[in-house]
Parts: sequence; structure tokens; C-alpha cells
Amino acid sequence: MSENMSSEYAVIGGGVVGLSIAHGLLKLGKRVAVFDEGDDAFRASRGNFGLIWVQGKGLDQPAYARWSRRSATAWRDYADELTSASGLNLALCQSGGYDYHMNEETLASTAVSYEALKGKLDGDYPFDILDHGTLKKEEPGIGGRVAGALLHHQDGHVNPLRLLQALASEVRRLGGVIRTRRYVENIKAADGGYRLSLKHAEQVFTERVVLCAGLGVMDLGPDLGFIAPIRPQRGQVLITEKLPPLMNRPASTLRQVNEGGVQIGASKEEVGLDDRETLPVTAALAKHAVDVFPALSKAKLVRSWSALRIMSPDGLPIYQQSRENPGVFLVTCHSGITLSAAHSRFLPLWLEGKTDAPDLTSFSEDRFSVQAA
Amino acid sequence: MFRRLDDQDAKVVTFTFDGQMLEARDGDNLAAALLVAGVISTRTTSLSGAPRAPFCMMGACYDCIIEINGETVQACMTAVTEGLEVRPIVGPVAGTGDD
Amino acid sequence: MLARLQEPAMTEFDLIVLGAGPAGMAAARTGADGGAKVLLIDEQTSPGGQIYRSVLEAPEGRRHQLGADYADGRALVRALEHENISVEFSATVWRVDDDATVTYSIGGGGGGVARQARGQHLIVTTGALERPLPVPGWTLPGVMTVGAAQILLKASGVAPERAVLAGSGPLLYLLASQLIAAGVPPAALIETQTWRNYFSALKFSPGAIRGWRHLMKGRNMLRQIRAAGVPRYRGAKDISISGDGSVSAITFAAAGRCYELTCDTVLLHGGVIPNIQITRSLRLDHHWDDRQLCFRPRTDVWGLTSNPLIRVAGDGAGIGGAEAARLNGHLTAFGALERLGRLTVTARDAKAAPLRAALARETAIRPFLDALYRPPKELRQPADDVVICRCEEVTAGDIRRYAKLGCTGPNQAKAFGRSGMGPCQGRYCGLTVTELLAEANGLPPDDVGYYHIRSPLKPISLGELASLADDNPQKD
Repeated sequence: MSENMSSEYAVIGGGVVGLSIAHGLLKLGKRVAVFDEGDDAFRASRGNFGLIWVQGKGLDQPAYARWSRRSATAWRDYADELTSASGLNLALCQSGGYDYHMNEETLASTAVSYEALKGKLDGDYPFDILDHGTLKKEEPGIGGRVAGALLHHQDGHVNPLRLLQALASEVRRLGGVIRTRRYVENIKAADGGYRLSLKHAEQVFTERVVLCAGLGVMDLGPDLGFIAPIRPQRGQVLITEKLPPLMNRPASTLRQVNEGGVQIGASKEEVGLDDRETLPVTAALAKHAVDVFPALSKAKLVRSWSALRIMSPDGLPIYQQSRENPGVFLVTCHSGITLSAAHSRFLPLWLEGKTDAPDLTSFSEDRFSVQAA
Repeated sequence: MFRRLDDQDAKVVTFTFDGQMLEARDGDNLAAALLVAGVISTRTTSLSGAPRAPFCMMGACYDCIIEINGETVQACMTAVTEGLEVRPIVGPVAGTGDD
Repeated sequence: MLARLQEPAMTEFDLIVLGAGPAGMAAARTGADGGAKVLLIDEQTSPGGQIYRSVLEAPEGRRHQLGADYADGRALVRALEHENISVEFSATVWRVDDDATVTYSIGGGGGGVARQARGQHLIVTTGALERPLPVPGWTLPGVMTVGAAQILLKASGVAPERAVLAGSGPLLYLLASQLIAAGVPPAALIETQTWRNYFSALKFSPGAIRGWRHLMKGRNMLRQIRAAGVPRYRGAKDISISGDGSVSAITFAAAGRCYELTCDTVLLHGGVIPNIQITRSLRLDHHWDDRQLCFRPRTDVWGLTSNPLIRVAGDGAGIGGAEAARLNGHLTAFGALERLGRLTVTARDAKAAPLRAALARETAIRPFLDALYRPPKELRQPADDVVICRCEEVTAGDIRRYAKLGCTGPNQAKAFGRSGMGPCQGRYCGLTVTELLAEANGLPPDDVGYYHIRSPLKPISLGELASLADDNPQKD
């Protein structure tokens, strides 16, 4: 069975990255088709934490800090737009976030790295170092063993599943076509554009391709001239029963979601394509949660999950136009929620080569060739 | 309504539900004791505030959850003892953002 | 006296059996007789599972009311007194690893303490759950399952007065006869089988005739029900339960007429389905059984799953009833004993042969019953406004809407709408969501799949999980 379907952009990957990009392209008036695998794919978008996070990013590469910051700033308007169009409340809250520290040394050394970055960002990096006493005033439930926290005022969180649902709904409403249970096997230049060969002998023609298929880029990327040095990195997460309000602000490892459950995470494990949850890691996460908020000791853990992050060697996104196939673009990151606003609002300008496109040269694959040389 | 069939010899104990004193037999299944005592609803849901009561009696559905000593437990998996203080779980539970 | 475990916190056994119903009790005894060191774990306070719940504690009068089949369970419980069998009750298993390590919580009802045990071999006998039957109003206080009412009778000697029983299946009649014997006859039976059910069951009549003892029992129950004057409404559809804060009435249509019955208790039943939480968490192979309308783990004739250390016996492998579960438990244990090197293949087959013959006789009626009592589609895939995920209050319409948004499987549905994210972990919505998505997407249920299930299999406190952490955690 083959199909002649023509679109301007084929977006390979229907997770939060693909849907955000599709959304932005549709707003620019492009004709977009999204190709997504099925329920059984690894689907990193199902495993994310929901943070819109600025602190800690780009400590070695200020461009990443700026890109994250730019996205975080755009998030309020982006969320309002998605809410009024889809009717879904994304529960966005951007009142700052913490990085908790259990000892003074790591608190101090992290603060030093933040100060250094702040200098490279012309001072636009508003954070405070909170000692235990000050933190306790902000978060009365905090445990006695917490030495303090770094509070960054540009951090926040959102309901990531609502975001996915809103994007899926909006992409359709704006005329995007989402094809599910579609497995792209290869992509070749053809007839001035590109031909996608899908499983079950289906073929699709498109002018341009955005490859943002998460771990799938490891298979599809190299044939198109990308290095795609992506590896899976496992993160395990816990979530509790719904609880009365216990936390005012989210932290990098703990947040209370709008429905009331407390989410605890996450690990960073190099275990290949294994998305199982494990006892040692989940027990360590539980211990961490109880150390930080002792009242959580009695809270019931209702479920755990585990997902594979899309990790580049330096942890930064990759935005690369193929030199051999100029209509094909590679997009990967592990912060799909934080960058969702940027992926909708700014990245499409780069895809289209507009004059007001963001400067993403810091995220090209050239940085990997240099290392290899 | 629910009726106790046996004329059991087991000791009568008192416990409280939502501050109200109720009678049961020592070692009774808590969910059964609440039903016999005429309690209609043991919790309200966190999303819509809808009333719920024991449903499966085998520890699988979690509709009979109540609060004892600050912990959420299933009434159908708990035994009544003298002086047990049982509280209903009342929703909606507010989080940090609006829902 | 049953040998109960004390210390240490992690113990080793030849054979671990999860669930002390008929299959589990039979497997434990057979394993012990074969020389294996057996651990039997159950979350209830005493053995029996659900079908033989509290069978040793129930006073004689109550046992009599519950029927002879119930009393059969006593022999199985007594058989657990064996030096090779250790038991753990009030033990909630919340994690099973694929090396047959079991992690469980002791001290149900709050304040759980974690323990672990590892077996050379594991037999999962966690039985069945009631099929979710999402009729309008099914979440109201006053609605319970037929199984719940049986547990109230068996474990507590408590009975609902003037209950209305609705749905289909042999347990409907069994409960009705038990309530009649207890002096609290139900107000009515509302049965959903139609002439189509009877017609499609006809071709399985030879099997039904082989199982004539079951037919006789059924006939006797129906006689009791008639003698007690309990009205039966057949071919019922459009069942709806209503009330303000609790049940006050049930409405339905039958034989061309509409009915409204005043009541305060409704007991629903649409058959039982295998409890696949443990087997799913282990990512074992499962397949959709269209005759029984459920997922079952793939097992060979010795109960062996796609993990060579793990077997399933009893209703958890496929619905067959208590006697079939018992026979299956024995057979599966023989299989395990052979793997453990305690039985030769020849000896295993010789011991198994008479049990296999008995099992074939016992299950001969099953296709007939499955067809006769097959719940109608409207009960499995309700109208849009009916809640299908009780925990998160997600409706059938929500699931259909997610299907239109490209949701082809239950895990995406979970991500979109939180169905399956509540404490019951999909036990009472999993099949409904799979069937709704299969229908909406035009896919077979096997293609749609089921929720991904992970530990903890039952909610446990963070404190208990934290107690298992190393002192120097490997957290990031």
C-alpha cells in the first residue's frame, strides 16, 4: 500500500518536541504532517518531570542558559495561547524553583558556578542562596538535615501531560496531520524533496523533514549525514497519592503537581534501552524525599515510572541542518518541556531561515567533530 | 442497609469515624463495621468531591481508603480495635496550582 | 499451627507461592510433599483467597449457609500444616523481580515493614478480579460487586438487605442462594443474558453436558431462587443506577418494558478476569482471549510463562473456577518440582496424568459458560458520560476523545487523561480502556495492549521504600 501525500514539513516524532515544532510551523502557515510510533515506543515525553527549568543549565555554555531563559520567558504567553485555544489549563506556575543541598560544601560550590555563569550573562541570572533558616521560612515542611537551597527566580513547572494533550489538539485544529503507528524506516532525497519509506510499504513525499524522533534519531540520523551522537539515559521517577499542599515551589528533584501528588526524581543511569524501574534507585529516591520533607514518610507511593532521556555527549540540544540534505533538520534535547515554548515560537524561524531566527550555532553538530579531531 | 447475621460472642468495642462513636466487634473488618453501622460514604474524591464507599472488599479498588494515624489505609484491609480513630478522606485536595 | 516467618528480613526458598487461594494452597502442599522448601504469601489475614475467604474462621452455621463448595476449602487450608511450608499473612507483595525475588510489606493497615524473599522458582496464584462493569451510577455508595457481598458474608457474617443483583454469571446465582440461606433474600436479579447468549452457547452444549454436575448445581440454585420468590428480570439492558449521594434506585429495560426498582444496595457482576498485575509488571507475554474477553499470561501446560523461573496457576492464568484452580495448582507445582530436580520427567507426567483428566472434565463446561454469560458490549463500553476510571474520574467519552487525538494505546490514554494513574493501578479500568480504544481505532485488543504496570504493585509508604535504600545512595 503506498500513499502520495504531500506536505511542506514532515515532522518525525510526535512527542513534546515534535508537537511543539509542528505547532510553531503551522502558526507560520506551513503544511505539516507528524509521524509518530505507537503506544509501545519508549516515548520520553511520557516520563518527563514537568519542570520549566533555567538554573543549572549551560554552566559551561552560556548560550544554552540564554536559550533556556528565552524559552522560560516566552512560556507564560505560550501557555495562555494554548489554553485559550484548547480550553485546557496547563497549571503553569513560574515563581522560582530550588536546588536543595544536604551539605554546605555542595551548596557553596554550586553557588560559585552560578555566579560565574551570571557574569557571562551580564547579570541576568537572578538567584539567591538560602541557608536552612531562610529556606524554612519559605518551605516550612523542610527537614532539619537540609543545609539550604539555591533559589532561581526564573524556574517554574507546568502539567506536562496537559501540555501534550493541548499540543495534540492544537496541531490538529490548525490543520496539521498526525499519523500514529507510523514507523519511518528510511528517508531519501527524491523529486526535489524527500521520500519517507514507512513500514508496511507506505511512502510519503515531503519538501522538508524535521527529525526529532527521540532515540529514533540514532537509527535515522547517520544515513542523512548527521553524527547524531545520542544515547539513552534512564531516569526513574516516583509519585505519591494526592496530598494537601506541602511544597510552595518545585525543586529539581521534588515537586507537588497540581493534582496534589508529590513527584520525586530523577536518577541518571547509563543502562542502554532498559526502561525498567529498579529497587535500589527507587528506594534511594524515596529516602531523598523523606530526608528533604520528613512528613512524606507516611505518604503512600502510588506509582513509579522510568523513561529514557535523549542525551547528547554534553547534555545540550542539537539543532543541525544536514549539509548533504539541506531540507533535513535534526532536533534533539532532553529538556523538551522547558524548551517547548522556544520550539514553537523561535525554532521554526530557524527552520525557515528567517532573518529573525535565533542563533543556534552553539548547538550544531560541529562541536562534536571538533572533539573528534 | 447491611445486617450482622451471626450472634457472635466477640467482644464489643467502640471506635470513632469522623468523630462519631460507633460500635463493632473486636477484630471486625473495618469496612464491614462501617457498613453495618450505617455509614453511607467513607470518602469524597479529590477531583469532583463525589462520595464513595467500599466497593470490592478485597483490597483492590482503593475506594474504601480512610485515614488512620496520618496514613491512608484501606478500610477493607484493616481490623477494628478498641478506641480506633478513623477519619474520612475528604477531597478535593488542593495542589499548588489551580485545576 | 502454621509456621510463620519471623526473622531474618531476606529469606531463600525453593518455591515461593503468591496467593493462598485454591491454586496457591494446592501448589504449596504439592511442592512441600515433593521436598521443596515453600513460602506461601497472602495479603489477607488467613488463607483461602477470595473463594474460600475465612473458611477456617467461619462458624458452622455460616458455612452451611455458604454452601458445600465453600466448605471444601477447609481441607486445602489444613493441608498447609506441613514442615516444609512457611506462611506469611497480612503480607502485601509490592514488587516481583524476574529473578524470582519478592518484596512485600508486613503489617497491613498502615505502618508497613518491608521484607524480601527469593525463590528458585515462583508460582503466581493471585487469582482473579471482578470484571469492571461501568454502568451509569456504578460509583455511588451502595454499589458493590457480587464478590464484595460474598466476602462480607464469609469474613464478617454481614449481609446486605434487599439487595438488587445485576449482571451475568454463575456467581450471581450463587450469591443469591447464599443470601436466601442466610435469611436476607435479594430484592431482585437483573440478568443481562439475551437469547443471543443462549444461542451462541448451544454449540458448546456437549461440554456443558460433560460438566453436568455444575448444571445441576445451577439448576438447584435457580429453584431456591424461585422458591424464595425473588423476581428475575432477563435480557436486561440500559441498566442505570441513580441516587443523590448514594443508591436509591436502579432502572433498566427488559422484555420490552422499562423498570425502576427502589433499593439502596446494588451488587454488580460481569464475570471475573485474571489478575495480571504481577505478570504485567514482569513484562511476561500475554494474549487477548476473545472467549473470556480478557488478557491472559501465556503459559504452557505446566503453567510456565515466558520467564523460565515463573509460573502462573489458577484463575490468574485463565478463568476456570475453584476446582480447576486447585488441580492447576497441583500440576504447576509438579512442573516446578521437575525443574527443581525433585521429580523426573516420567514421575512428573505420571503424577500429573489423573489430574489432567480431572482438569479436562472440570473445564469442559467453560466454553459454554463463557458464551452464555458473555457480558454485552454496552456494559463493557458504556456511553460517553459514564466514569470508567473510578480513581481519576475519567469517562468513556474522554477515552474516545483521546482516540481522536491519536491515542492508539492505553499508556498514551494514561498520559492524556490520567486513567490508570490512581491507587488501583488500572485494576478496575484497564480492560475497559483497552476495549474502548480497540473499538475507536478499529484494532484488535492484542494490538492495543494494556497499561504498563510497575512496582509498587500496591501503594506503600515512602518511609517503607526508603528503608530499603543503601546508606550511601546512588542518587544523582
